[in-house]
This record gives sequence, C-alpha cells and structure tokens, in this order.
Amino acid sequence: MELGIRDTGDTRVVHVGEARIDAAVAIQFKDQMRDLIVGGPDRVILDLSAVTFVDSSGLGAIVAAMKQAVGPQQLELAGLTRSVAKVFALTRMDRVFTIHDSVDAVLAGPANAE
Amino acid sequence: MQSEPLSFMGHARDRHRAGPIAGNGGLHLLFPAGDRSVRRALSASVAAFHDMGVDRDGCDFAELVLAEVLNNVVEHAFTDRGHGIIELEAWRAGNALSLRIRDDGMPMPGERLPAAQRHDLTVETHELPEGGFGWGIIHDLTRDLTYRRDGARNELTFAIDFTEFDAST
Repeated sequence: MELGIRDTGDTRVVHVGEARIDAAVAIQFKDQMRDLIVGGPDRVILDLSAVTFVDSSGLGAIVAAMKQAVGPQQLELAGLTRSVAKVFALTRMDRVFTIHDSVDAVLAGPANAE
Repeated sequence: MQSEPLSFMGHARDRHRAGPIAGNGGLHLLFPAGDRSVRRALSASVAAFHDMGVDRDGCDFAELVLAEVLNNVVEHAFTDRGHGIIELEAWRAGNALSLRIRDDGMPMPGERLPAAQRHDLTVETHELPEGGFGWGIIHDLTRDLTYRRDGARNELTFAIDFTEFDAST
C-alpha cells in the first residue's frame, strides 16, 4: 500500500496515499508502519488527509502502529477527513490519539519552532 | 445490477431467493465472501443509498456498519470451508434505511447476536485494544438489530435512521 515518507528534523511524516484503510489492507498497513516507526525519528505524524474510509480493522491497525512507538517515540495523527473523524469519535479513539488538523499545522507548531 | 456481475457464481445464487424489495427501488447484491468483493459491495451500496436520497452522513454510517457486518461474515462464518456467498438487501422506508444481510455460513456463537464490547481506553498505550470495535459500532449506529438462524443461513436485519445524524454533527 502506498505510504509516502517525508523526514523533517526529528519528525517523520507518513502520508497514506490510499483512500481506504480497511480489512483488505489492514495487515499490510500495520507491517509497513512498523518498519517506518521502529528505529525511526522520535516523532511520527500519520497524515490521513487522503483517507476517506477506516473500518474497525483499519482502526486496529492504526492502534497497533501507535503501540510500535516506544520510549521517546510518539505517533500522532493529522488531517482526519470528516468520515474518518466520525469513526474515531464513535470508538472514543479520538481521546487516545493526539490529533492535529493538518500536517502543516504540526510542522508550524511550537514543537518544531527550532 | 442484480445478475450480470454474478454469472461466475453459477448455481450458487439459485439457493438464494431475492427478497420482496429487489427490483422495487431497493438494492439486492449477491457476492462471494472476500475482502475485495466486500469492497465492491460497499461501493455499490453507497452509490445505491445516495440514489435513494440518503444524505452524506447517513451514507458514511451505513457504509461503516455494513463494512463491520460484512467483515465479520468474511472472517468468521466461512472458516470451515473457506468460501461462501453473502446476500445483501437494502431499501428505504421513510427516513431510514432497512438492511438485511444473509449468508450460508456457520452460525454466530450460541446462535445469538454478539454484544458490544466496551473497552477501557484509559489503560497504558501497550494495553490498548487493536480489535473488538466492530459490534460496538454496529449496535451504536443501528436500531432494531436482529439476528436469526434460519436453517443453514444467518440473517441479520437492522435499520439506520439517516435524519438523526444531521442533528448530531
């Protein structure tokens, strides 16, 4: 599945280039995310701005990815579309993740001011 | 939409009789149980819901609920023989979508509707659940959710109101 990588300072932005994170791709997504997180920069931002559909399998894979971030590492989310935000709200996972409006908002934020 | 894409199924569909709504403005799909065919069925369903006048939020919620229901069938109902057929019917009744999903797979555990799992999300990150969200989503977004074992078939019926969601978003 198409994941675009952009490293800026200590932040890695992973852009999901597909419209769906669902049962058909959840395992693949989880495996690819693990490779991008383990040994990667401390801050990983998952850019979901192109994703219009996440089901519970996809949600589980995103949670699994977050659990790969250990020690100083953090996985945060950015750019949730309306329908994807609904799934996070329904399952209350919006309280578990740090969610930013957009990748631009993250990179312009205080954490990257230096 | 009813029969052309299904010729590959041969006689399999003969065991499934179309419900009363097929050809009456409703949706009727028969497809093999698999991740990719579920994707195609969801795409066709959302297009049909849109044509029935269901608003965007209603379409989003209906797609999510259907995905959870169909994924559940694909993952659990055919683990014995590895393949099977799913039948999906949907029709509009006022400001609600009525849906019926049938399959000829193994019954639900105890021949009962699974309950919603309510997770404790205040746990440490490494203890967060990676699954078990499906039935919670289904219960939360539907009403009149009913499961019935009918001979060798499973039948799940429910309704989704699509006007209520406008007020909450």
